[in-house]
Order: sequence, then C-alpha cells, then structure tokens
Amino acid sequence: MIQPILEIRNLHARVGEREILRGVDLTVYPGQVHAIMGPNGSGKSTLAAVLAGREDYQVTEGEVLFDGKNLLELSPEDRAREGLFLAFQYPVEIPGVSTATFLKTALNELRKHRGQSPLDAMEFMELMRERAALVNIDPAFFSRSLNEGFSGGEKKRNEIFQLAMLEPRLAILDETDSGLDIDALRIVADGVNALRTPDRAFVVITHYQRLLNYIVPDIVHVLYRGRIIKSGTKELALELEAKGYDWIKDEAEVEA
Amino acid sequence: MRAVNEYNEHVDILEHITSEDYQYKYGFESQIEEEVVPPGLDESIIRTISAKKGEPEWMLQWRLDAFRAWQYMKEPHWANVRYEPIDYQAISYYAAPKRAAQPRSLEEVDPELRRTFEKLGIPLHEQEILAGVAVDAVLDSVSVATTFREKLQSLGIIFCSMSEAIREYPDLVRRYLGTVVPPNDNFFAALNSAVFSDGSFCYVPPGVRCPIELSTYFRINARNTGQFERTLIIADEGAYVSYLEGCTAPMRDENQLHAAVVELIALKDAEIKYSTVQNWYPGDKEGRGGIYNFVTKRGICLGENSKISWTQVETGSAITWKYPSVILKGDNSVGEFYSVAVTNHRQQADTGTKMTHVGRNTRSRIVSKGISAGYSQNSYRGLVRVNPSAENARNFSQCDSLLIGDQCGAHTFPYIEVNNPTAIVEHEATTSKIGEDILFYCNQRGIDTETAVALIINGYAREVLSKLPMEFAVEAQKLLAISLEGSVG
Repeated sequence: MIQPILEIRNLHARVGEREILRGVDLTVYPGQVHAIMGPNGSGKSTLAAVLAGREDYQVTEGEVLFDGKNLLELSPEDRAREGLFLAFQYPVEIPGVSTATFLKTALNELRKHRGQSPLDAMEFMELMRERAALVNIDPAFFSRSLNEGFSGGEKKRNEIFQLAMLEPRLAILDETDSGLDIDALRIVADGVNALRTPDRAFVVITHYQRLLNYIVPDIVHVLYRGRIIKSGTKELALELEAKGYDWIKDEAEVEA
Repeated sequence: MRAVNEYNEHVDILEHITSEDYQYKYGFESQIEEEVVPPGLDESIIRTISAKKGEPEWMLQWRLDAFRAWQYMKEPHWANVRYEPIDYQAISYYAAPKRAAQPRSLEEVDPELRRTFEKLGIPLHEQEILAGVAVDAVLDSVSVATTFREKLQSLGIIFCSMSEAIREYPDLVRRYLGTVVPPNDNFFAALNSAVFSDGSFCYVPPGVRCPIELSTYFRINARNTGQFERTLIIADEGAYVSYLEGCTAPMRDENQLHAAVVELIALKDAEIKYSTVQNWYPGDKEGRGGIYNFVTKRGICLGENSKISWTQVETGSAITWKYPSVILKGDNSVGEFYSVAVTNHRQQADTGTKMTHVGRNTRSRIVSKGISAGYSQNSYRGLVRVNPSAENARNFSQCDSLLIGDQCGAHTFPYIEVNNPTAIVEHEATTSKIGEDILFYCNQRGIDTETAVALIINGYAREVLSKLPMEFAVEAQKLLAISLEGSVG
C-alpha cells in the first residue's frame, strides 16, 4: 500500500482569538494534484501558512503527518528540508542577494539535511541552467537581486523556478495565479506540469477555476469556513466556475 | 564563472559561520611579556616615551606642544553617544613587547606572537606567499614584523613603522606629519599627537604604482594601556597605493581607550585607497567593557586629479567616534567614503564622513550602510561642505539604515553647507527592517534564521563590501555575521 505524503486530520488553527481552520481533513498521495478552492476568507491561505509553519498561527487541535512524520513539531526550516515547499502568494524581495546566491544557500541546506555534500559552483550553475530551461526562465534572473523590481508575473515564475531547483516532495501553490495575465499563467502552469512526477504531489490553492484548465487536478476540494465541505473531480471546479460558490454554501449550511 | 565562484564563497563562509558557536571569537589574550610605563600623563611621561623610542629633539618638542594644547582642550560631547567619564590619569600611555630588537625575518618573530596571528587566521608566512600582502604587524605599540620590504624598496616605496620613519626619514615626516590633522585639531587628536606610540608610515614616490596591498593589523594587548596609533601615508605625484587596516582585540572587562590618527596625502594625479575592517572588542551583552574608539582619520587631495577613497567595515568597539574625511583641494579631485557600521547589544556608534570641496570640479561620493540590532544606537553624521572656490562641485550621498529588532536606534545627521551656486549635492536615505516576512520566506526555503540574517546583511552591504580587496571582503562578511549573531529570534 502506498503511504500518503500528507495526512491532515481534524486540523484546527487560530490567529489570536479567531478560529480560522475548523477541522480540516485532507489526504494527499504521491503523484497527485489536489486543488483547494473556496471563497475569500475561507481559510485557504491559512492552511498553507499552517502547513509551512508560520508562527502567527496557533494549532489548537488535530494532527498533520508528512511522510509519516509529525509535521507540526518541526521548525519551518526543517519542514522545508524534509521536502515541503510553499510557493508564496506574495514573494518577498531581498535587495543585494541574487537569486543564485539565495538558491545555492537554500539548496545546500537541503542537501546537508539529506547527508549530501554541497554542490560546487560548476555543478550548481549547471543545475540552474537545466532547471531554468525546464520551467522556461531566462537565466538573466540568476544574477538579479531576489525578486527586487520583479513584476508580479516574474515573482511567480521565480517561485516555480525555485520549486524546480529544490525538488520538494510536496509543493503548495498559494494563489500562484493571482495577478497573472493569461500568458504568464500559462508559463507558470507549464512549469508546474513539467515538474509533475510520480513521487511528487501538489496542493494548488486558487480562487479561480482558470488555473485548473492548465494544471489539471486529480481532486478538487472546496474549503468554506475552515472546513472542506465538498470534494470531487475536476468537473467540480467547472461547476463552481459556472454557478459560483453560493449553492455550495447553502448545501453546507443545510448539512450543518 | 567568476561571479559564481563568489557566490560559492559567500555561501561557504556563511555555512562556516553558522556552524560554529561564535562568542567573541578573537577574544583571547596573548602571553607576550610587555614593558609598560606607569599610568598617568604629564610632560615627564612624554619625555620617557620619546626617549624610549630614541626620537630626535624636534619630535619631542612636537609632542610637548601637542600636550600643552591638549591640557586646555575639552573632551567633545556633541556625538550621539553616552559613556562614563574617562580618567586620563589612570591610563598607561606606553607598552612595548620586551623583545624589542627588530626582527629581520619571520623566524625572528616571537613564537607566541606568531601563534596569535595564527589564531586570527592570518599566518604571516601564508600571507607572504599567497596573498601578496606586505604585513606591517603592530602588536600594541611597536612594529614587530615587516615583510616585503625589499621588493617595495626596489620601487622606492617606503613602508615602515612610524618610529622607524622618524629616525630614517625625518625630512618626509617633518614635512607632512600634522599637516592634515594638526596637533590641536581636536581633543583626541591632540592626545594622540602627544603620546602616539607607533603606527605605519608609507611614502610612494612619483609615478609608482604600489604593486601589492599594504596591510597592518592592530591589536590592543596590554591591560589598561591606551592605544595611540599614528599613521601617515603619502602618495606623491601620479602614485597609487592601497592600504588595508584590520584589527581584532582580546576580550577585556575594562574600557580601553583607542585614539588613533590617520593622515593621507595625495599629490597631483595620485590615488590612495584606505580600507578598514574594525573589530575591537565591543563589550559584553550588557555593555560592560569594550573599546572606546575615538579616531581622527582625514585625507587631503592636495594635487589636481587626485583621489582618496575610504572604505570601512565597523563591527566592533563599545563606542565609535569616527569620521574619515577628505579635503578636496586639488581641482578635479575625487573623495569617496564607503561604510558599513554594525552595532549590536549596547554598542554605540557615531560615524560618518566630511567631504570638504575646495577645488574646482571636485566630486565626492558617500555610501553609508548602518545596521542596528539589540539595544544599540547607530548614528550617521556627515558633512558635505562646498566652499565658494569650488566651482562645479558634485556630491552624491546615500545613507541607509537597517534595523533588526525594535529596541535599537538608527539616526542620521546629514549636514550640507553649499557656498557656491554651481554645486550639485544629492542626498538619498532609506530605512528598512529585517521583518518576519523575509525571515519566514528564508526559513521556508530551508535556511535557518541566523543564516538568513547573514545572507540579508551581506546583500545589504554588498556595495560597500565590493570595494574591499577580496581577502578583506571575506573577513568582513564573517565579521558582519558574527557580530549580529543572536540578534533575531
């Protein structure tokens, strides 16, 4: 039997006094792409932040297993080193630190964690070129300060490039499509598709269905008021696109 | 490929730093016997110092004049720093290693001293061979090792201790000493002029480009001994020299006064680059101990088309009071100041520069990067003065502050005095903070917080670090990371 990469059971989390996640259950297997949709304020980005280990959020109940390990007791950097990657909705800018320097630091931290020797400059450069081609990124990115002065689309592409470089077990894409025009969206989606492997899973968080035309999910979940209230195939996303979220909210309220 | 190698090096260094438990790494004490004069300051002490150094009468008189001026001067208190009053009579003004006979080669150097340098990671013999650096090593007050002398001599370059210069090249010393920083310039410069122990002297003759970086490592090593270095560098017409000064100090409980004077003189078409990595003991986390670093550094672009460039990376000292300055006298001369000043814990720094435009078409550039952490106070104080004679003067100033945590302070005091309407003076300033968002982003990529801070500050300071010679840039990066360790999270 195949072990899940991610198992979330009855996850509750709060910011201050406000409970945002109210019993999330989710199981993700290797090779799968899960889409998490939902109206604004439903807890989508909170779920991503809690999984990545952001301190502002307090987990009050439930558990999360990552490759069978208790994810919630790991520091954010150890979660990353274990193979959890978050593509940020709002990637930060770090002036004076080139993308190459940043990624080399990150990659060698991961390699150290896995007991591998650090890549030397030549090997690293080679890997960057190869991965840049895979996700269609201009190598001119490497020497520019990380995200400084990048357009919204460039920042998102840089996230996907980092994903390609760091080769996580699980990648969470937090509204990667927000603010992208259709061409940028296609480039990002092509990058993600190029990185799909039988060992790797994706959790794609999005407000809109259009991203899912390009990154085709195996399962679509609807998150509403901190719970997954409906799961289905990719047709569910189309239905949401056509009908909006209201019908599903009504359904949820009837059940509750 | 070169760029990639540099990245590689950056990262390797950062890994190295974060893998070790750095306290004050260089806080050891070397066990070399010292000769110390009793504490206190009067004319007889100055006569003793001068006699011990075998100085000529004119030098003694020069010191005495400075001392008499100093007695009527007041310690300055306009800087944004606070400290207990200094008892100048409790300080011993001279210490010299007992084995004072000048060694002719490294083999003659006290083995204990050589081990000291090895602990610092700068074995002289390796530097000689690998780095192409001639090291005039100053332990406390007397020069104990000088290398590359012959090669420099063959080019007519004089590079020696100040004591030796006073004996061997009295005409040059008399001609230039005190011409940029007069003995009565300020309280600390006057004190230095009265009691200076030793330091470096460099003269590069007309048309000669010094082929190697000149370097001096200063260390304070005797308890209760003030350190009063005196450095004089002259680049004659068309000459070029790059001079590196770096220092680390052993851990101490008591405050130690350091009042150095550095004078640079660039004649027509000459260029002087002066780089400093300063890591005097900053005191402990509560602010006990640490060096008081009250330094007067000034250069003059005396001739046309001359250039003086100061680059400094300041991480140490409990209190820093330091304004490396340039007087742009020659037409078309250029002055530059690149600085990274880090304060952490209870450190206080009031540092910056003065650019005084006198000649026509003179240009100056100021890039100051302050980093404050802990409970420290970090002030930039700069003056750009354009005299009426300075037609078409240009200045650009960039003053950035980076805050780590919310208990520290960053202050900027830019003074601009323009007395010529053709001048163009630009000033830009930014303040930023290493915030949770950036740290979390780095953490999410597998980079722990300490490493992330080091990475971010090296990026922030890159424009300044890039002005340093490579081997110094590496050391400077290490120091930045070490001095900010534990400042976040």
